[in-house]
Amino acid sequence: MPRPVSTIDGNEAAASVAQRVSETIAIYPITPSSTMGEWADEWCSQGKANIWGTVPTVTEMQSEGGAAGAIHGALQAGSMSTTFTASQGLLLMIPNMFKIAGELTPTVFHVSARSVATHALSIFGDHSDVMASRTTGFAMLASGSVQESMDLASISHAATLDSRVPFIHFFDGFRTSHEVQKIELLTDDDLRALIDDRLVAEHRQRSLNPENPVLRGSAQNPDVFFQSREAANPFYANCPGIVQKYMDRFSDRVGRQYHLFDYVGDPQAERVIVLMGSGAETAHETVSHLTEAGEKVGIVKVRLYRPFDVDRFIKALPETTKTIAVLDRTKEPGACGEPLYQDIATALMEHNSYQGNHFRQIPKVIGGRYGLSSKEFTPAMVKGVFDELLKEKPKNHFTIGIDDDVSYTSLGFDPSYITENDDAVRAVFYGLGSDGTVGANKNSIKIIGGETNNNAQGYFVYDSKKAGSVTVSHLRFGEKPIRSAYLVQNPTFVACHQQNLIDKFEMLEHAEHGSTFLLNAHVKSDEAWDAVPAEVQKKLIEKQMRFFVIDAYSVAREAGMGARINTIMQTCFFAISGVLPREEAIRKIKDAIRKTYGKKGEAVVEKNFNAVDRTLDNLVEVSIPNEISATYHRPHPVAQEAPEFVQDVIAPIIAGNGDGLSVSKMPVDGTFPTDTARWEKRNIAMEIPIWDSAICIQCNKCALVCPHAAIRANVYEKDRLDGAPTSFKSAPGRGADYKDLRYTIQVAPEDCTGCGLCVEICPAKNKSETRLKAINMTGKHDHLEVERENYRFFLELPEFDRRTLKTNTVKDSQFLLPLFEYSGACVGCGETPYVKLVSQLFGDRAIIANATGCSSIYGGNLPTTPWAKNKQGRGPAWSNSLFEDNAEFGLGFRLAINKQTEYARELLTRLADRLSQGLADGILGAGQFNEAGIADQRARVKTLKEELLKVDCLEAQYLLSVADALCTRSVWIMGGDGWAYDIGYGGLDHVLATGQNVNILVLDTEVYSNTGGQMSKATPLGATAKFAAGGKQSNKKDLGMLAMSYGQAYVAQIAMGANDNQTVKAVVEAESYEGPSLIIAYSHCIAHGINMTKGMDQQKLAVASGHWPLYRFDPRRAANGQNPLQLDSKSPSVPLRKYLENENRFRLLLKSQPGQVNAVLRQAQDTVTRRFKEYERLAKSIVQEEPEQHANIQKPPGVVASAN
Amino acid sequence: MDLTTNYLGLRLKNPLVAGASPVSRDIGMVRQLEDSGIAAVVVHSVFQEQIEHEAMRADHFDEFGAESHAEAITYTPRSTASAYGPDQYVEHVRRIKEAVDIPVLASLNGTTTGGWTTIARSLQDAGADGLELNVYQLATEQYQSAEDVENQYIDILEAVRESVNIPVALKLSPYFSSLSHFATRLDRAGVDGLVLFNRFYQPDIDLDNLDVVPNLTLSAPHEMRLPLRWIAILDPIVEASLAATTGIYTWSDVLKLLMVGADVTMLCATVLRNGPNAVVEILTGMQSWMEEHEYESVHQMQGSMNHRTCAAPAAFERANYIEALQEFS
Repeated sequence: MPRPVSTIDGNEAAASVAQRVSETIAIYPITPSSTMGEWADEWCSQGKANIWGTVPTVTEMQSEGGAAGAIHGALQAGSMSTTFTASQGLLLMIPNMFKIAGELTPTVFHVSARSVATHALSIFGDHSDVMASRTTGFAMLASGSVQESMDLASISHAATLDSRVPFIHFFDGFRTSHEVQKIELLTDDDLRALIDDRLVAEHRQRSLNPENPVLRGSAQNPDVFFQSREAANPFYANCPGIVQKYMDRFSDRVGRQYHLFDYVGDPQAERVIVLMGSGAETAHETVSHLTEAGEKVGIVKVRLYRPFDVDRFIKALPETTKTIAVLDRTKEPGACGEPLYQDIATALMEHNSYQGNHFRQIPKVIGGRYGLSSKEFTPAMVKGVFDELLKEKPKNHFTIGIDDDVSYTSLGFDPSYITENDDAVRAVFYGLGSDGTVGANKNSIKIIGGETNNNAQGYFVYDSKKAGSVTVSHLRFGEKPIRSAYLVQNPTFVACHQQNLIDKFEMLEHAEHGSTFLLNAHVKSDEAWDAVPAEVQKKLIEKQMRFFVIDAYSVAREAGMGARINTIMQTCFFAISGVLPREEAIRKIKDAIRKTYGKKGEAVVEKNFNAVDRTLDNLVEVSIPNEISATYHRPHPVAQEAPEFVQDVIAPIIAGNGDGLSVSKMPVDGTFPTDTARWEKRNIAMEIPIWDSAICIQCNKCALVCPHAAIRANVYEKDRLDGAPTSFKSAPGRGADYKDLRYTIQVAPEDCTGCGLCVEICPAKNKSETRLKAINMTGKHDHLEVERENYRFFLELPEFDRRTLKTNTVKDSQFLLPLFEYSGACVGCGETPYVKLVSQLFGDRAIIANATGCSSIYGGNLPTTPWAKNKQGRGPAWSNSLFEDNAEFGLGFRLAINKQTEYARELLTRLADRLSQGLADGILGAGQFNEAGIADQRARVKTLKEELLKVDCLEAQYLLSVADALCTRSVWIMGGDGWAYDIGYGGLDHVLATGQNVNILVLDTEVYSNTGGQMSKATPLGATAKFAAGGKQSNKKDLGMLAMSYGQAYVAQIAMGANDNQTVKAVVEAESYEGPSLIIAYSHCIAHGINMTKGMDQQKLAVASGHWPLYRFDPRRAANGQNPLQLDSKSPSVPLRKYLENENRFRLLLKSQPGQVNAVLRQAQDTVTRRFKEYERLAKSIVQEEPEQHANIQKPPGVVASAN
Repeated sequence: MDLTTNYLGLRLKNPLVAGASPVSRDIGMVRQLEDSGIAAVVVHSVFQEQIEHEAMRADHFDEFGAESHAEAITYTPRSTASAYGPDQYVEHVRRIKEAVDIPVLASLNGTTTGGWTTIARSLQDAGADGLELNVYQLATEQYQSAEDVENQYIDILEAVRESVNIPVALKLSPYFSSLSHFATRLDRAGVDGLVLFNRFYQPDIDLDNLDVVPNLTLSAPHEMRLPLRWIAILDPIVEASLAATTGIYTWSDVLKLLMVGADVTMLCATVLRNGPNAVVEILTGMQSWMEEHEYESVHQMQGSMNHRTCAAPAAFERANYIEALQEFS
């Protein structure tokens, strides 16, 4: 019976095997491996049994280190156990991996290989993580395609049991883990045929068991450790043979034959490339082309990299081999070559040294790097390497795929060399994440892959923004096998699902002659030609393309689809691409709609059917004239006045041309300028807020809540309006402080994302038309030009004198310049308003440690950064170290600053006599407790630096280098709850305990937002999340209470939407506290499944329901005999249910487990009520007692400690 | 004494029915009502908007933020996104049906035909003994004629009737130009019962926030006069069962409504205010009065004072208005 086929990605393929041959699975989310754990959890929560008939247990841990520890324990206790990880996650597992291997314990770690963060983090694929773990003693088996990731997963699980050597089974992150391919699925019987139950029993017999106790993990001395280490050698010696045995057994049953080293190419090849992973598929395709043309070339695909079998490797090579290029997808700086190159070179040397006679002549070997961080690796590059091997002195230690104009390592190649199948449909779709383009394409692949004999492949490229993110889908369909592990190079079909994207990308540059272009545009069909820029018209004419247009948003609106154009654009693709007969395609789309949406209700099915039908009525072919008639050209990606670095480096990245940047353009150490987001005008909002000065009460709440700093407030002297655009609005300042000034609220029209939070929060209503407020969302089209000019003028207005502002008030805080602006965070993000507020209050003196997560991505992902500078050039200095170490990283900042300050003060004291009279005393005695004090100190330090230049002594030079540390520094440690509650909790706890002056801002979304909604210990009881599909069973950790227990930390829990005054006050108090401060900020999030426009209302409900009590715990109060804890929110006034019902994460429980909902809700309500009462009790406890009795009062330890 | 009555072809032990109200959200309360003597229960309404909105919302949030960022392809656990269990309302009806022995009527509230009406079939499958369609429509469109509005009722009735074989009642508002004419149209269209009347909750203004806010007030005792009049008028001319609702607080209200032709009287406000004991008091009061006045059965009095059978039918008509005014003069 034929095996079932399915179109799935590499992660699902590997996880499918792992889940079925395991009993215990411990995981921790990390891109790009997260979905393997998610699949395993999904299947187990649905009751899917393994091949032995029992459902495995899946446990989410607090870090990868924790996952590895749990796996190690499970293995020692005799379980069949597995995990999934990547990158830093794998590195955190290394200590346990040495143990697991040293104890000869069978397990498989499935790794979607990803770059290890170095000068920068990258989520994309290369082999730097697996190569970093190659000394652990794990065997390493590499897959190069989705099919292989299923096949070799099964072989690795079988071989580990037999060999007792644990395995890393790896495949390329994203390129394989996220590529969707039509593959043949392995059945349970296939897996049973491979896995030897006798070996499973033996594994159990070796487990720790009190019935037959043993000791493992002893400590050994110099006398025997060495010998013990060598005792395991036979197992490694046998391992390659065992792997080949299971590869052969697999072949007998399934038909696909693998070898430890698979050779492809001319049997008489003279030039051979050795590589592993998905690049081998591209090389395979290229070699097929080259050998057809008579070239004597071949490749060796390395499957089993560890233990490395020299003999089998040598035998895999043709005896005619003259030159070998070894390609490594990693970099090992300072080594004499990358790891695979070194192994191959050593293997050949050994073969030669021991009189091996396999080759007619000893081959010459060169090594090179390719494809770091998913850098494209194309047939042209493969050919470039083969061409290099023809040279008499081929370049060693080369790179391919980049232009290295610094060390000149790069090889040249001809990008026009293309090997894509002529008979395949190759389609590229440009869309937005929010418009459903990728989902529709995945659906199309499933239809074509599932309903026809075609092979199907899909790969999806996402940009780094979370709001208005652009997606590019690359689809291939054809009868021949698809080995093209690279982006579509010359598409036969190009679709642009968003009209504005044709202004941003050169999408027709590589379109095939005679291919088809589909554009979604809000134009009439007879206006379509004029709606595209001259560059696009030129390509359409030159390539004699067919041009179709549809007004998909109008069709979507009429069909009740809102802004989702997925079904419409999918219908267009099937209607005109010819991949299936039109009628059949439409029928299959409707079948797929019924299948996908049927369970959601008839209304959803009907609207999608409606959309399909309306699409066919509205899709129009545009006739292409012979000449270009467009009057506009594609705009430059950044303004002409942008700095040189932005023009030269940032602009090409924005335009999607970063691949073309040469090495010399890159900073050598990952240091980038800040203040660059201002140059990336993204224009993603359809509507923007427009201010009505007559209605405004000048509260500045709109500016406070704006996640993207796209609403600004300012007050200024009236004469500053001279030269203002006529449309520029202002109003007389309100309040005693501003009565003689003018006031303006101004939108940044090109940076606003249209979230509407500002309008929702606005408390002022138009008395004549109550639907209107002082700020109202209005169609951008009519306002863009005018507001752009207005905003330009607004930015030129001077910043109000910080020294005179009451910065602990909402209103005045918003006159401060945001030094965090226009980030790529989600539309309506709940985190960024807090980050922006910190930047306004302290940005000019802030140094920020940012944990990996959403905030590090919207804060630090190229091309631009929202961290900005003021007119004096000051601004936050920002860095991201890792996920797990952020608190420690930030503490390091503080330790360094303290030391530098101390040293500077010492030097200054010594040099006082050589400086102007009073200068040293002024600096040493300065109180930098407010803006005026800070400004004065900066002025003194400026003078000091000038004077030091004139003092001729070594100490003066020393002081010059640390003089800046005499000005106060505000150390901020920021991150999400995944960091603070889970992986970084140990460090955070320790930093709080040090008593050092750092400010920790936890942006608590109660879930791992950045990796796609996995449960954290901040996730509340009853909320559904990944790994808590049935609703979280335990309570949210009370991080604030734990921190308060030290008594020496300032702790605040805030929610801007519920009480903005308390938020501003808490942030100012926290920063002013000369010790550790912890601010836990409620951050509504896209992962909650809420209407993000109502995010601040939801924060109100979170507080009103008691879910999120507001409080401030200030140890300074205890010194005055006051209770350090102030509860800032009232007793719950609405039932918890009212808060929960607005969020999909809770509503899902109603859908999935209607029977248990009431019990869970009761429990959640009880928990919230109990916790609030406890806070009330603690907040009251001291004030009810006489001051001298403080030490004896029953209260949290923190209160006692601080009172003492 | 025979208190039984027929409603929608169902034989009920007495004419007291718990009308659609939040009371039925609590299954324990429904049980108590049964113990207090209630003859049937109409479960609180499920709204068309609720059904459609839930479907659309689920669809929206399943895909909300998905496929936008390489690290977060989805935000929702797949199993919850795809595992849509039985609709909550259907499940609730099923559980009530399991908990009590009296007939259980489900209530659907909507204004247009469409996919949402398919839930009727699910409710039948869940054990509902009948359906009450509450076409809560405010005709606010200036281009929609009275006939259009009436046709919409007929369309919904027919759509639901097509999908179920349990009896279907329509709950009407009193705001029809010609209620008698329309009632007979519905009768011909096969409606099993008419429930008179639906009360529209009238919104209020929040002066502090300048918002229009919903305002829910329970019916007052005097409001039972409106159904009383119209049941008296319709009883002689329609075949369908007639249920009185709105403002029924006492045993005397019940008796009056039975006399003008009601087959059942629906208790809402009094149960919400006074709990299940209200049922006991009404039943006891009814029985005492009937004994005192030597009535043998409810059937005996039903329709005995309707527009046709009463001594002064003009009292139900415009003449009543004149008489009432004369009293004041």
